[in-house]
Amino acid sequence: MLSPRLLAGLWMGKTAIWLNRRFGHGGTSFPGGIGRRVAPQILTALARQLKRGAMVVTGTNGKTTTSKMLAAIVEKSSLTLTHNRAGANLVGGITTAFIDSATIGGSITSDLGIIEVDEATIPQLVREVQPKGVVVTNFFRDQLDRFGELDKTVSLVGEALRLLPVQSIAVLNADDPLVASLGKDFPGRVLYFGIDDRSYGAREMLQSAETRFCRLCGHPLTYDWFFFGQLGHYRCSHCGFERPEPKIKVTGIQLKGEEGSAFTVETPRGTWQLELSTPGFYNIYNALAAIASAIRLDLPEKAIRAGLQGYRTNFGRMERIELEDGRRAFLALIKNPTGCDEVIRTLVQNRGPKRLLVIINDNAADGRDISWLWDADFESLEPVYPELRSVFTSGLRGEDMALRLNYTGIPAESIRYEANVESAIRSALEMTEPGETLYILPTYTALLESKAALTRLGHSPHYWEE
Amino acid sequence: MSKTSNRTLTLIHLYPDLLNLYGDRGNIITLRRRCEWRGITLQVHSASLGEKAAFDDADLVFMGGGSDREQTLLFQDFQQHKGPALVEAAEGGLPLLSVCGGYQLLGLYYRTHTGEEMPGLGLFDAWTEAGSTRLIGNVVAQAPLLGEQATLVGFENHSGRTFLGSRGGIQPLAQVTAGFGNNGDDQGEGAVYKNAVGTYLHGPVLPKNPALADWLLSKALERRYGGGSLSTLQDTWENRAHLSVAQRFGKK
Ligand SMILES: [Zn+2]
Repeated sequence: MLSPRLLAGLWMGKTAIWLNRRFGHGGTSFPGGIGRRVAPQILTALARQLKRGAMVVTGTNGKTTTSKMLAAIVEKSSLTLTHNRAGANLVGGITTAFIDSATIGGSITSDLGIIEVDEATIPQLVREVQPKGVVVTNFFRDQLDRFGELDKTVSLVGEALRLLPVQSIAVLNADDPLVASLGKDFPGRVLYFGIDDRSYGAREMLQSAETRFCRLCGHPLTYDWFFFGQLGHYRCSHCGFERPEPKIKVTGIQLKGEEGSAFTVETPRGTWQLELSTPGFYNIYNALAAIASAIRLDLPEKAIRAGLQGYRTNFGRMERIELEDGRRAFLALIKNPTGCDEVIRTLVQNRGPKRLLVIINDNAADGRDISWLWDADFESLEPVYPELRSVFTSGLRGEDMALRLNYTGIPAESIRYEANVESAIRSALEMTEPGETLYILPTYTALLESKAALTRLGHSPHYWEE
Repeated sequence: MSKTSNRTLTLIHLYPDLLNLYGDRGNIITLRRRCEWRGITLQVHSASLGEKAAFDDADLVFMGGGSDREQTLLFQDFQQHKGPALVEAAEGGLPLLSVCGGYQLLGLYYRTHTGEEMPGLGLFDAWTEAGSTRLIGNVVAQAPLLGEQATLVGFENHSGRTFLGSRGGIQPLAQVTAGFGNNGDDQGEGAVYKNAVGTYLHGPVLPKNPALADWLLSKALERRYGGGSLSTLQDTWENRAHLSVAQRFGKK
């Protein structure tokens, strides 16, 4: 049982959660923060009670999706879990999730913990939680004004891995040289995942690549194949570092546009044919990371299959919004060049008349620096220009976005800017005609605004309820 | 819009694969479009590690910024091969835009925390000292070079503090009214020496500051064709994006 001090922290936290729910303010990290102030050890005390330990998911893109896919698999395995679902991935928000999941007497009855964590927070989290494994999805430039430089982030995660208990495992993306390099000097066990199928991607470098240089010796990497960004099949001819042979690998991919994808995955437990209901090539990486974690946790194949198939698109990650009269709308978060390029690629795959609304904010949670708009490859929208019926921009930086689109070749006079997010969405929806698709691409805080606006306008999909 | 002149300009993009932080490729996109809209062909040649750069035939040079690791990678190549020729060409009036790390490399030296001095190319009579904090945020500055009431806007993110000397009449590109600029102390932002410009502004700098883009293009045309005007563009979104930053972040 918990000490009086820990109990006091727990109850303070629980009260704050209750107040939060009752009055709806304070934020998801506040209760955890209060609990920690009273009892700094509270997260450790709660997390150590998890029967089967915790898996931690970090990386630039896909950590929310990966941890939710894993959660779906865990649920299909009839296990209970503690999970920071709200996407509050700093230590306060994670502590809130554990406080919320504990009984009033301070017991955690869940079998498993799934913790999505911000890259900058991971060393502290590993120290406090001592997880069973850490999944690293990828490293891309994201909100640089918050972290300084990518190198530092990668080193920070490497440092966290070295703090893992000996029986823990690192689940690493073999196709990302920045992630895979962490496996080099990691003394513990590593489980690599990757994509072998080369039906997607290119022999040549695509746009907004991050870094093509060997993290171990600084020389340029040689690539046989690129998937996107710096992800691909690579080797360093100088120091011999190369893409590790993944234990969990995709050997055949069939992309089915908005319907998702089907793929073959080879695992130490056999070769499986799986279906994923979430569109986007990058989501195959997220699924792979979830599969690797599930294998590490000895979850049954049936649960993996059912979890991935039943998993619906995550909040803002290419969500479909149901409209009447044969009109369609999609909502997809954009927050950095690589993620944005993937959204554009999915958009371009879908033929037919379409309208576009890009909403750019520069609040702290979006990243104050929006120069990434110029690293993102909006030029690749060109093939759908003939299908593009109208182009809107909105948000605090909507004029910057209009300028960006203007320089891809869209005439200045065909771009319409409305500062207010709700009125921009309303105008765009009103113009969208039967048979047309409206794509709404917001940054993070703009996504929250869009969600609220869509709800007010009567277009709230059910799977937003989390 | 398309005047049928056959003017062609050549731009050399230095180390595009290494110096590519914070959307700086937007500067190239901007120069290319602004030429295209005026019927000028802009040829872009990239010159990275081990590649030759023919500055004699060039009309414009662009050099962005990179992370410390990337800048270390190209340091030798730049010092030994391209740098000296670039300095010679810039002394002869070749228009050049250097941003952040590129700007620092063209100064006299960069002094690290431990007091070590990494020599620069010395085109700019300027030196940079490592700072303990990063200077990050939106910048609004007065840039008389670009017109009487002209402002310059952008986003800075640097830890180096740059100080200007006076050799050859080097001047700050602008005077900050909001943000830090070169060193957070003397209001200076960037540097102009002959037709070479250094700046800490990302954003990237050219799309939202069309006057600076056109200043560089005019200088390039002057050298290549002995003048020749740049037709005026509508600049609808250029101006609106510029104004939105100037109004939101500029001091009233
Ligand atoms: Zn190497």
